[in-house]
Amino acid sequence: MDATHLPEVTAAGVIIKAVLILAVVSAIAGFGTYIERKILAFMQRRYGPQHVGPYGLLQLIADGIKLFTKEDIIPQHANKIIFAVAPVITAATAFIALAAVPVFPDFTIPFIDVYVPSIASDINIGILFVLGMMAAGLYGPLLAGMAQANKWGIIGSARTAIQFLSYEVVTGLSILAPIMMVGSLSFVDFNDYQADGTWLVVYQPVAFILFLIAGFAETNRTPFDLLEHEAEVISGYVTEYSGMRWGLFFIGEYANMITIGVIASVVFLGGYNDFWIIPGWLMIIGKIAFSFFFMLWVRAAWPHVRPDQLMWLCWKVLMPLAVINVVITGIVIMLAQ
Amino acid sequence: MYEFVAFYIFAIATTILFLITVMSKNVLYSMTSLAAGMVLISGLFFLLGADFLGVVQLIVYVGAVMALYAFAMMFFDATKDVKEKHGNSALVFLLGGLMALVFVVMFSAPIIGENIQALYPVGLAENLGASGNSQDVGLVLFTKYLVPFEVAAVMLLVAMIAGIILAGKKMDYSLTECEASDEELKQEIKKEEV
Repeated sequence: MDATHLPEVTAAGVIIKAVLILAVVSAIAGFGTYIERKILAFMQRRYGPQHVGPYGLLQLIADGIKLFTKEDIIPQHANKIIFAVAPVITAATAFIALAAVPVFPDFTIPFIDVYVPSIASDINIGILFVLGMMAAGLYGPLLAGMAQANKWGIIGSARTAIQFLSYEVVTGLSILAPIMMVGSLSFVDFNDYQADGTWLVVYQPVAFILFLIAGFAETNRTPFDLLEHEAEVISGYVTEYSGMRWGLFFIGEYANMITIGVIASVVFLGGYNDFWIIPGWLMIIGKIAFSFFFMLWVRAAWPHVRPDQLMWLCWKVLMPLAVINVVITGIVIMLAQ
Repeated sequence: MYEFVAFYIFAIATTILFLITVMSKNVLYSMTSLAAGMVLISGLFFLLGADFLGVVQLIVYVGAVMALYAFAMMFFDATKDVKEKHGNSALVFLLGGLMALVFVVMFSAPIIGENIQALYPVGLAENLGASGNSQDVGLVLFTKYLVPFEVAAVMLLVAMIAGIILAGKKMDYSLTECEASDEELKQEIKKEEV
């Protein structure tokens, strides 16, 4: 970005931004568990949580107390170090990925005059960094499954490996077409490209759908929640985990859901630009909230697939579609010049 | 100053992690330290201002080491130590040490002779009106290094086709959806072999 008309980014601004992201994402993730139960209950004609506090709103606090006070068990034959490191990898990479993601437009805090940038770290290749970091997050489930000396864990980590090798190609190829149109890997450029109000999803509907499908696989959400499907592999990679270690996996998963929501909103759905009279920060929160709701909606509506069906879908259907989409985009860009 | 500190942190951590990779007898420790070391090397790329290469390092090696894990999972019990066969450990140390020494001399000779110049430094594409790390890499890749780049691509294609031919003999039916019992399947395979 050219620095001529933008104020200088100071360390204080970056720290404020990081704290802001952590606070907002943790709040959404925590509240998300309650929302998820309520929405699933509504769609399945149940009540959901309703005993703790009004409308069950305090269920979140009750869950937190339970997670923090539960006994922390490490199985006897498990590899203790790796067993302890694995949940931290999932949670840490999920939040590192958020460092390069724009949430809210940039603003200046009035009285102390600190400029807060829209991204904590505006590296030029933000989009690749986020996808790479989220991919690294899958080491969490993989190591957790292999370290716990439990056959369900091993099956869970085997499924992690095949799921990773399947969806990663689709994510990369599907997002390549919009990258070609914008000509940059920076989220800010993506946002500015759509500043005139035309969302990229209008030009790239196929890429958008492919990215969403791959995003469900990336966050282990329901059509592709093979890693911990209770009916088949007890709990997969989290079988032996309890208390806060399990909680870290959970936080990581919710943070990843939000990251996918942010990428989808910024790359395809117009980013944090103002829309009509609605300010940008409200727009992006609305879009992230909708993509969050969409994931819950899909979870309520669809059964999950088998591992071989996931591989079939990714390699034989989605990947050729993504390649064709890239080729057509390339030809159109070439002819338009 | 920050870069100085960060460089030494990354360098020392990477060296220690790769030492664990070589020394450890536990598959899980070796693989994990390998993956972590690869991720930390991308930190060195970021320090040098080569953002694009750093991210490529991250993405490529995360995927590649993940595939290694899959093999480790199939062949070893990850919670137990592997028994290694050491025929002549003195010879192994001697050869390994010599190799390391040769590599150090090879790579440090031009540095001592101050004979290293960046032919295509970072920021090359800016003269052409396209600033950015990925543009730099693209420019060099499609001009000076076009032939090696294409040769590498053809080699990967050859490897992929070979893999498909080796593994793809019975890919037209799904074992998961097959309703025959194990015995019937065994007989079927015997028939085909005859």
